[in-house]
Amino acid sequence: MAGRSALLVENVSKNFGGLIAVDAMTFEIEEHEVLGLIGPNGSGKTTMMNLVSGALKLNSGRIRLFGGDISGLAANRIARHGVARTFQLVRMLPSMTARENVFAGGVFGHRRLWGRDLEENAEAMLEKVGLGGAGSTPVSAMTYIDQKRLELARALVSDPKLLLLDEWLAGLNPSELRIGIDLINSLRGEGRTIIVVEHVMDAIRSLCDRCVVMNSGAKIAEGTPQEVLADEEVIRAYLGDHHA
Amino acid sequence: MTGAEVRNFAVAIVLFALAALIPLTGSGYWLSIGVSIATYMVLSTSWALFSGPTHYISLATGAFYGIGMYVVGLGIEILPYPVLLLIAAVLGAALAALVGLATLRLSGVYFVIFTLGLAELIRQLVNWGQTTQGSSSGLYVLTDISEPMIYWQLLGLGAIVYLLGWWINRSRLGFALRIIGNDEVVAVHSGINTASAKIILFVVSGTVATVTGALLAPRLSYIESSIAFSPMLSFLVVIMALLGGAHRLWGPIIGVVPFMLVWDLVTAKFPNQTTLVLGICFLLIVYAIPHGLAGLVEKYRARARGAF
Repeated sequence: MAGRSALLVENVSKNFGGLIAVDAMTFEIEEHEVLGLIGPNGSGKTTMMNLVSGALKLNSGRIRLFGGDISGLAANRIARHGVARTFQLVRMLPSMTARENVFAGGVFGHRRLWGRDLEENAEAMLEKVGLGGAGSTPVSAMTYIDQKRLELARALVSDPKLLLLDEWLAGLNPSELRIGIDLINSLRGEGRTIIVVEHVMDAIRSLCDRCVVMNSGAKIAEGTPQEVLADEEVIRAYLGDHHA
Repeated sequence: MTGAEVRNFAVAIVLFALAALIPLTGSGYWLSIGVSIATYMVLSTSWALFSGPTHYISLATGAFYGIGMYVVGLGIEILPYPVLLLIAAVLGAALAALVGLATLRLSGVYFVIFTLGLAELIRQLVNWGQTTQGSSSGLYVLTDISEPMIYWQLLGLGAIVYLLGWWINRSRLGFALRIIGNDEVVAVHSGINTASAKIILFVVSGTVATVTGALLAPRLSYIESSIAFSPMLSFLVVIMALLGGAHRLWGPIIGVVPFMLVWDLVTAKFPNQTTLVLGICFLLIVYAIPHGLAGLVEKYRARARGAF
């Protein structure tokens, strides 16, 4: 592996009572890499993301961000270390304008912006996600794709070292999907380090350098999108025994 | 400072100056209402500093207020009055920090119930303390502090609360609280230490309520636990803040003034039905003006602006 290790997940497990949601997961992502975390519904992808972002505490194992141990830290401290995320179901700050929603990501995160710096950065992020000039719009008046864009701008304004996109493309129609994929591709072009949890196979093929496939909480395959999507165990996990 | 801020400051200074003239009218009636209004202005405004943005409804005001009263009641013969105010502030802050640490991880209704129970718990402890010490059921507070003095002290405390609120609203802390009130999950993932942000504001509001109780103790001259730790006080604070609008710094005061004027009539004419009237007020406010009078003002302002 050539690049610097951005995130190293070692032997991480999480169980809810008797249910093992994540079972001894180990994977690594390098700086400037886009990693796809895929798998059938209920395979533990979102739980894995929540463990990385600190929304959930792991039961065992270790997570390192650029070498520093972040396992078990509170979510706000992990955010300060430079991990930003979007949510599976888009989460807006409903009483605020679009601009203030972006501010929220910049003030307390990795870069701790305030005043003029904050305003300039927020405006640039709105521009980048295609919401230039929409800063004063109340979020309740925004369409679904615009809310998704806004959530991405909020994550980006902190200039994260690692960006987690949890089904960011879900629920978009085909033309919106095109826009969404292009947008993530442009982030990739900037050299951002991104983990995407995604079901949209086109997006995975065109965006991801590598994929980690999960099933029942455990890793069942790892490799380029072409490799893992041809893997027999992966096909079995998605489609059942007789298709493999 | 922007032009609008300078204008608001000027308006506030003029209003405070006018309010400070009330004792000079020599009218006992207006001074007495003035003290009540000043008391609830301070309590409701500081309550809204915490509960407005976070939407955590605290019913602990009475607990802090009562502690302030008892600090003065117990210490007035021993220590100078300003020292007692300081002790009250420190005690109030410490209790608020403790309660905050223990409960602000709770959300919604659990927090409300805990704060209501807290006032009752402290009242029972005070009762227990007094009976085991074999003293009478209350305390005499005999001082030469006159009612105008109390009134001016309350106005001074009110000015401090407004300045503090203004400063918090334009700080990172104020923005953090607004985010917390919108979505705590987003707040945490944006890097906000939500527990400490909430505790800081809860301490501010608890300290102010404790000092308010301490300032008012000389007015009563005889304090009992049932008066000092009255749950009615906690409810009144919430009602007036909601009537005015808890989402704006200037919201609670425009709820306090009309409410206290009407409330004074109600308690005089229907002394036995006050709780009933209070309940009806609560319902009406929550149903009819969920964002308070401040919300109405803003709505009509926006509409007027839209018409041009």
